[in-house]
This record gives sequence, C-alpha cells and structure tokens, in this order.
Amino acid sequence: MSNKMREILLRPVFNENPIALQILGICSALAVTSSLKVTSVMCICLIVVAAVSSMLVSLIRNQIPGSIRIIVQMTVIASVVILVDQVLKAVAYDISKQLSVFVGLIITNCIVMGRAEGFAMKNPPIDSFLDGLGNGLGYSVILLALAFVRELFGSGTLYGFDVPNGMLLLPPSAFFLIGLFIWGLRAWKKSQVEAPDFKIAANTPKGETA
Amino acid sequence: MEHYLSLFVRSVFIENMALSFFLGMCTFLAISKKVQAAMGLGIAVIVVLVVTVPANYMIFKYLLTEGALVWTGIDGMEKVDLSFLGLLSYIGVIAAIVQIMEMFLDKYVPVLYSALGVFLPLITVNCAILGAALFMVERDYDLAESTVYGLGAGFGWALAIVALAGIREKLKYSDVPDGLQGLGITFITVGLMSLGFMSFGGIDL
Repeated sequence: MSNKMREILLRPVFNENPIALQILGICSALAVTSSLKVTSVMCICLIVVAAVSSMLVSLIRNQIPGSIRIIVQMTVIASVVILVDQVLKAVAYDISKQLSVFVGLIITNCIVMGRAEGFAMKNPPIDSFLDGLGNGLGYSVILLALAFVRELFGSGTLYGFDVPNGMLLLPPSAFFLIGLFIWGLRAWKKSQVEAPDFKIAANTPKGETA
Repeated sequence: MEHYLSLFVRSVFIENMALSFFLGMCTFLAISKKVQAAMGLGIAVIVVLVVTVPANYMIFKYLLTEGALVWTGIDGMEKVDLSFLGLLSYIGVIAAIVQIMEMFLDKYVPVLYSALGVFLPLITVNCAILGAALFMVERDYDLAESTVYGLGAGFGWALAIVALAGIREKLKYSDVPDGLQGLGITFITVGLMSLGFMSFGGIDL
C-alpha cells in the first residue's frame, strides 16, 4: 500500500474525524450507542455504505451532469442503503428492529453524502473507496468508544463493584460524552481548537477609566 | 380532536425530534449560532414537514405497501409488495417537494423565499424530514394523524433550535476552556437541554 493511499485511509480517523471536527453524521452517533452490539452493526453498515457508494459515485463521476449531481448521488446512496437494510433484515432481524429507522437514515447521514460530493466526484474509484472506508472508520472509532463507556458504566460492573449509572443509558449522556471526547481530542491535537468569538478583556484596576 | 391534540403535544415535547431522537443534528449544530437564522431554518423545517409527511403517507398507502396497487385493477396486484423501495421513494419525494417549493416561493412569495432561500436545499438532507416519514410508516399513522405529526415534529424541532441558538448567543461571552470552545461546549449545552426535555417524559396524555 503506497503512502498516499495510507494517508487517504487514515487521515479521517483522528486528524479530520468526521464527527469531532466536521460535525457530520451525528444523529445516529447519539441514538444507537447505548449498546455495543447494536453499535457495531450500525458501524459496519455505515462503513459498507460509505465505501461502496463513494466508489460507485466515483465510477460514474464523468457521466453525471453537474446540475443534477445531488439527486444522482442520493439515488446511488439510497440503493446501497436499501441493499444493506434488506441484508440486515434477513441476517440479523432482532438487531435491525433495534436500529429501527436509523439504518434508513444512513441515506441522509452527512458523512456519506459529504464524501460523495467532496471527494468521490473528483477522484478515481480506488481512492474514493479508501476515503469512504477511512471516514466510516473515523465514525466507528467515536461510536464504539461511546458505546463502550455507555454500556459499561450504564449497566455493568467494574472490579466486582456494582456501578450502575442509569443516566449513561439515557440520551443526554451521549451529548456529554461526545463533548468530553472532543475536548480530549483537541487537547491532544491543538490545531483543531476553535478560536473564541470574543476575548475577555483584563480587569480595569480601580481609579482608571477604560 | 383530543387525540390529535395529544399527538401534537407528544410530538413537540415528549418525542422531540432533535432532543430525544437526535434527528437533524448536523444542521441543528451548524446553523444555531444566531437566533434569526435558526428561526428561518425552523420555519422552513415546519413547512417542509407538514407537506412531506402526508405526501409520503399517500405514496406509502397507494403505491408501496402490500396490496396497495389494487386500485389499478390489474390482476395479481394484491400480492405486490413494494415496501422495500420505501427509502428511495421517500427521499425522492422529499427532494422533489423541496425543489418545487423553492420554485413556487421564488415566483409567488419572494419575501418568504429570500428569508428561507439558503435553508431550503439544506433541508433535503436533514434527517428529521426523512426520519419523520419513517416514523410515520413505523407507527401506522393515517392521513390526518400524519399531518398533525408532521406539524408537531417540525414545531418541536424549530423550538429546540431556536432555544439552542438563544443559549449560544449568550454563551459566546463566557470563558470556556480552549479545547471545549465551539463544538465541545455546544454538545454539553445540548445535553443539558435534552435532560430538561426528558422531564416531559413522564407526562401521559
């Protein structure tokens, strides 16, 4: 594997993580992460859809007229999602019931759409496939980490002590955890820190006018 | 009537699209820096949901579900089940309606068009819209119910984004740790809001 390919594959995992930096694909990140098993299935679905649809879009990129490209991309993505959904219903029916509408919502997952529009339209199929795969992995890293924490502390035990914290199974905790995760990631990779809109000025000492 | 009222209240508060199902999060976080923009987007979402949920209901009921094509009078249609095409048709319907609405507003209501203009195309890829269509199918709403549900879901989403934008406008003057600046603190804020909305959860109508 050449350096360039490795770069395409690995860059989205930490340096340009789709969830933490680009704010893409968050809906499902929050809703499906209360159990690790369901999350893993969701991640696999997303990786497959992102990689395959990027590759397909890239294959026909020279034939797509510019003005209707969004609809074409959407049709390609929707077809791939339907395939994944049908396979999931046939192979793992219980999990597909738990994921409820969220498999269908992969269509509007901005990661898939964003990569099709932003990368696959300009690059050859193999690179696009790797890029889709990388972004899918970046998404999975965060989702699996969230699900790990939520399932472990939400219902499990640690060192034999019973530490159930029901709040972690509730929806709001996913927001707190992603917030903290972003904090951690940005403490590690300083360049991702956003500049504040306003700086707080130093106090004016007594007796002086500002 | 009471049934519809309770469905409306439930879809606005208890089953809030943004804060308890996390739908439409991307736009929810991206366009919530200013109250005015959030308001425009919120209204656009309400309008689109009120139109698309019933439209998708019609598509589902008369074209896709098992035995839906009986009205064509062709033999053997009772057994045709096209519901696997659901996702593709819903997203197509949504994209088409958004496009038509954009052209219609541009021609006849230019004031509203210039207010909503930039947000309309964004709405096609807003998962709250597709999510509402999928929930409508999953919960077996009829036509009137799906209209009320569309209105309620849109209203709830708009309420949430305007509230978040209000908080963020105040928040930009506060001293936030570097790493949490921007996105991080927004997540924490949304988490607290979602916690607040959960208190509606026990209400049974």
